[in-house]
Amino acid sequence: MSEILRVENLRKSYDGFLAVNGVSFAVAKGELKALIGPNGAGKSTCFNMLMGQLKPSAGEVYLDGQRITGKRPREIWRRGVGRTFQITGTYQSMSVIENVQMALMSHHKRIFSIAPRAWKLYRDEAMGFLDTVSMADQADRPCSVLAYGDLKRLELAIALCHRPRLLLMDEPTAGMAPSARIELMQLVADIVRDQGVSVLFTEHDMDVVFAHAHHIMVLNRGELIADGSATEVRNNPQVQEVYLGGGTLFKEDANA
Amino acid sequence: MAFFFAQFLTGLANAAALFLVASGLSLIFGVTRIVNFAHGSFYMLGAFIGVVLMDLLPGHVGFWGAILLTGLAVGLIGALVEMVVLRPIYRAPELFQLVATFGVILVIQDLALMIWGAEDRLGPRAPGLRGVWRIFGEPVPKYDIVLIAITPVILFALWYLIARTRLGVLVRAATQDREMVGALGVNQAWLFTGVFALGSALAGLGGALQLPKGGADLLMDFNIIGAVFVVVVIGGMGSLPGAFIASVLISVLNVFGVTYLPQSTLVLMYVVMAVVLIVRPYGLLGREEVAGEHGQVGAPETPIRPYGPKGMALVAVLLALLALLPVFAEPFVLTLVVDMVVFALFAASLHFILGSGGLVSFGHAAFFGGGAYAAALLVYHTGTPMELAFLFAPLAAGLLALGIGWFCIRLTGVYFAMLTLAFSQLVWSLAFQWRSVTRGDDGLVNIWPAEWLSGDITYYYFALAFGIGGILVLRHVIHAPFGYALRAGRDSPRQAEATGIDVKRVQFAAFALAGAMAGLAGGIFVFSKGSVFPTELEIAKSFDALIVVFLGGVKTLAGGVVGAGFMTVVEDWLVRLEYWRLLLGLVIIAVVILMPEGIVGTLRTLWRRIRHSDEEAV
Repeated sequence: MSEILRVENLRKSYDGFLAVNGVSFAVAKGELKALIGPNGAGKSTCFNMLMGQLKPSAGEVYLDGQRITGKRPREIWRRGVGRTFQITGTYQSMSVIENVQMALMSHHKRIFSIAPRAWKLYRDEAMGFLDTVSMADQADRPCSVLAYGDLKRLELAIALCHRPRLLLMDEPTAGMAPSARIELMQLVADIVRDQGVSVLFTEHDMDVVFAHAHHIMVLNRGELIADGSATEVRNNPQVQEVYLGGGTLFKEDANA
Repeated sequence: MAFFFAQFLTGLANAAALFLVASGLSLIFGVTRIVNFAHGSFYMLGAFIGVVLMDLLPGHVGFWGAILLTGLAVGLIGALVEMVVLRPIYRAPELFQLVATFGVILVIQDLALMIWGAEDRLGPRAPGLRGVWRIFGEPVPKYDIVLIAITPVILFALWYLIARTRLGVLVRAATQDREMVGALGVNQAWLFTGVFALGSALAGLGGALQLPKGGADLLMDFNIIGAVFVVVVIGGMGSLPGAFIASVLISVLNVFGVTYLPQSTLVLMYVVMAVVLIVRPYGLLGREEVAGEHGQVGAPETPIRPYGPKGMALVAVLLALLALLPVFAEPFVLTLVVDMVVFALFAASLHFILGSGGLVSFGHAAFFGGGAYAAALLVYHTGTPMELAFLFAPLAAGLLALGIGWFCIRLTGVYFAMLTLAFSQLVWSLAFQWRSVTRGDDGLVNIWPAEWLSGDITYYYFALAFGIGGILVLRHVIHAPFGYALRAGRDSPRQAEATGIDVKRVQFAAFALAGAMAGLAGGIFVFSKGSVFPTELEIAKSFDALIVVFLGGVKTLAGGVVGAGFMTVVEDWLVRLEYWRLLLGLVIIAVVILMPEGIVGTLRTLWRRIRHSDEEAV
């Protein structure tokens, strides 16, 4: 299995404080991989460095063998990385479908065209993406009235527009009802399976992580302390120390 | 060397009043997020009230007592203004409040004219400080030395108030997150009133304190407000030491400028500000502004859509009416409509970057006046045919916008606004002081349209075609992918960048297009009036456009055009009266309070409510 993403010795320091301290890992093609860890472990910092919102202090990031360290978000997007945010970023003054159409206009390199009516462009294509995330019935609602979980799904549709090879999802199910979480992650798993997209996601909900992730990495205080299958991670004493101060956790039936 | 030092001391003394006014503005902005245009008016009130009180109260105690009482009085006036005008509109869209403060400027101008008359007042000399001291042989007024001694004391007192008292803690907390302060049980309304009163009192003190050096006149408000903005921005928004350093810098610079570069005094401080902002985008001691989002209150914008059949029909009827107007209307009506169309295009071009792009420019007049001057200069100096010169107006303004935008676009929020203001002042001072080319405030005259266009009615159609055409082009662009990308960059720059939109480049292009359209308006304007003066480049002209955009409604597409139409008509009626500024100010304040979403926005809400209640009745 070849790698879509390789991270080497990634490091970020703020005034001497090491938020991320020499993290190395890889994501295989077609893999659904989770990055977990307690609050403040450095997950979002990691993500922001991968997508170019933050410049790393040291280390390298390779996408499919090509170095993308420190490139701008839109450059990394152009090379085939999509992302969703922990706090959703959608275009509040547009309707749901227009949000997707906007992403498609960017995908089709129409940002600077001034002739056509934007709301007529790529409507069918956009509807397809909305259908993928089961949002087609809300296509013409203003984005500003959506429920939070729906915004998360809309963001996913937006991220899919550029046919990414790799999706970075920062806490995709945060703030959603438990049933909706399972639904959304099932959807992501389907996309991984059907479209060959690789996904790296962070998550706090262990049910979600252990039910869906192929591999799990655990980050603590800026350092990677585990990287392996669900069972390996579950039985890792260091991980148990971090999460429960030594007690057992993640019982076998957690995903039952 | 001695002369040099004496000059330096004069600069330091001048810094006192400037620092007082600037620290007040900075304080008010920090807590309430209001860019208080009326701050210069409080300074002027301080000067006039100070003169009156100093006449009444004799002697040492009287002089200094009068200054303190003035501060108190202006503080009370400030509190009143805050409670009556601003308190009802804190929930309106961000920056809407500045329209209200502009109304306050107009009201105070005319009230001052009514009470104190049009004559300048000389400030009384400070008792016991009439003479000069010799320093290295150079005479330095005693009062200057006293001012130099007082300023650090005031800085220290303010610093103590902010850094060491409970009120200071609240003020600093509110500057960071006013919602949180409210949630912790602090009465926000009174905190805002208190801070506004304090800021106004500082301005009033500044006005009274400078009396022995200057005096009181009706132009003081606009004369100082530019310098005050410059000081606040150079120092860094919300930083008292920054305001102090910047006041000294600007005042000293001005004194030396008057001596060594008299022809460029006006430009000097704006050049300094532009340089500072380009090198340190958040001022000398300021921090990156993160508070912009705190002001985002009010209903979210609704998705836009081109007019349906009904809307199209309405627009068509309006256009047909305008086209038929020359058949039955008097010539002066045609002139009024041309003015209206010019203003509407100018406002629509500002609305384009402000509404869709979220870029609040305080210097849009640079492109309107720039276009007008570009065409006029060609005609005046080279005798270029009118048709060519007219086309040059939008072209030159667009190029100017490319140049200015290149520096400004990298900034955001208030700092963007201030840098655009600085550049527009630069353009203005060029037109004002480069007399050999622009003829200064004599203006360029005899700039008339070509023979075949010179009739009243012909030019009316010409103006109509280009004016309305420009507005329609802008509207079309808003509905095109480019306009959507512009709005995407405003709504969520993070998401836009992560989906491949180069937000800054889109904004840069939009800024240039808006500049070109403002220049087109300037071109229509100059050939309809036959002349152009530096007033077309003034701050007041930029503010005019801002005000009609906000009055019309930022969050509606027709806002700029409707606001401009409304304003032209109202002004046309009011200027016939003696105290028209007072009335115009009151009209503006009334609209702001009664229609917080702007004219179009409020009408739309009303219309929806009517339709909604209809449906319920059925």
